[in-house]
Amino acid sequence: MIAVVDYGVGNLFSLCCSLERIGADAKVTSDPAEIRGAEKIILPGVGAFADAAKKLRDSGLDKVILEQAAASKEIMGICLGMQLLFEKSYEFGEHTGLGLLKGSVIGMEGTLPTELKIPHIGWNALHFTKESKLLKYIKEGDCVYFVHSFYVDPGAESVVATAEYGKFVTAAVQCGNVMGCQFHPEKSGEVGLNILRAFCEKEETL
Amino acid sequence: MITKRIIPCLDIKNGRVVKGTNFQGLSDVSSPIELAKHYSDCGADELVFYDITASAEGRQLFTDVLREVASQIFIPLTVGGGINTVDDFDRVLKCGADKVSVNSGAIRNPQLIYEAAQKYGSQCVVLSADIKRVDGQFRVFAKGGREDTGMEAIAWIKKGVALGAGEVVVNSIDTDGVKQGFDIEMLQAVCDAVNVPVIASGGAGSVQHFTDLFRAIPTIDAALAASVFHFGQIAIPDLKQELKKNNIIVRL
Repeated sequence: MIAVVDYGVGNLFSLCCSLERIGADAKVTSDPAEIRGAEKIILPGVGAFADAAKKLRDSGLDKVILEQAAASKEIMGICLGMQLLFEKSYEFGEHTGLGLLKGSVIGMEGTLPTELKIPHIGWNALHFTKESKLLKYIKEGDCVYFVHSFYVDPGAESVVATAEYGKFVTAAVQCGNVMGCQFHPEKSGEVGLNILRAFCEKEETL
Repeated sequence: MITKRIIPCLDIKNGRVVKGTNFQGLSDVSSPIELAKHYSDCGADELVFYDITASAEGRQLFTDVLREVASQIFIPLTVGGGINTVDDFDRVLKCGADKVSVNSGAIRNPQLIYEAAQKYGSQCVVLSADIKRVDGQFRVFAKGGREDTGMEAIAWIKKGVALGAGEVVVNSIDTDGVKQGFDIEMLQAVCDAVNVPVIASGGAGSVQHFTDLFRAIPTIDAALAASVFHFGQIAIPDLKQELKKNNIIVRL
């Protein structure tokens, strides 16, 4: 079973439908025991970083995720869920994240050429920078759907794909068992489903 | 680079797709689910569903259709029509909409934009405006283009964006249904006034009209159309190939 962590942030309808489409056995849950018992964990999220980080802490699920990550369970953050995996965010102040990945979340405001609009909304092409299991079934140049105003500093070691929007912004990350994407795979057509497929498939026994 | 979006718009009445010319003379076109699936398969970047039903039964049919579409189609879905309260946002977002567009509801109560943006984020709130030239002025019309609000359109759109709208759909009543091309003058005026994505609507009759639009206004983000797609006059894959040939960046 794949646990989709429900900590009261965002609408999980489309994500659940897309997981169902690829045949994944997914369950939306806020139960620590279920999350511990899951094969993999998805951390979704939309909205503001500070609010989401607080909800995750208040629910106590931050500790469960940290403990499961330490136990080598595969964890995928989506959109704000991916940002939460990092050390900190500068979205309206300075806020602490889970710190599973090194790096920080920064704003686009004031850093883009003036003709570019914020948020970065729409379909943009992926540029691969490293190998990652998430990118296994898709190819360089495939487009995915983004909606965001803040992004992970692309200098982060875990970056595996970027998208060009006036500059290179972080699109996908992976460091061992912890990974994620800034864009919405559940809204990125067949390419997005293939990213979820790559994450959800059972490990080949080594 | 970010791609220019092509967005088919489906007007839904009692669970079926309809399309009119100049907002009148509606005719049944097809099943929303079949049509949505077809568009998603052939490369539509997003779909817009407008609920033009007035009755409670029609509204229920609409959310049933929306839920079904959202469970099968994995591209962004925008919903409009009959959105008057934050509860209406809630109703359609729960059924799988990603963005909600407000029109007459926001004209009656501009705070709706602010409240919805606070609750769901600006990326979720689309301001849709039906605009027509009256006495040399761009004028906002309400109630599906039937009622002149007396408001100047650019000022209204600026206000909507300041209140939190994250995207703007500009529908020119002057060019809608006429199929002589998009309203470049009106769209340029809106693009010059705001720094959020602007979606062009009204007037598409040929592939050339889309090329003309994106060439004339490099800052326009997307083009929306209905009947040219529904009646098969323009196939989206052909349209995108043609745009690409003209160096307009699209998702293929």
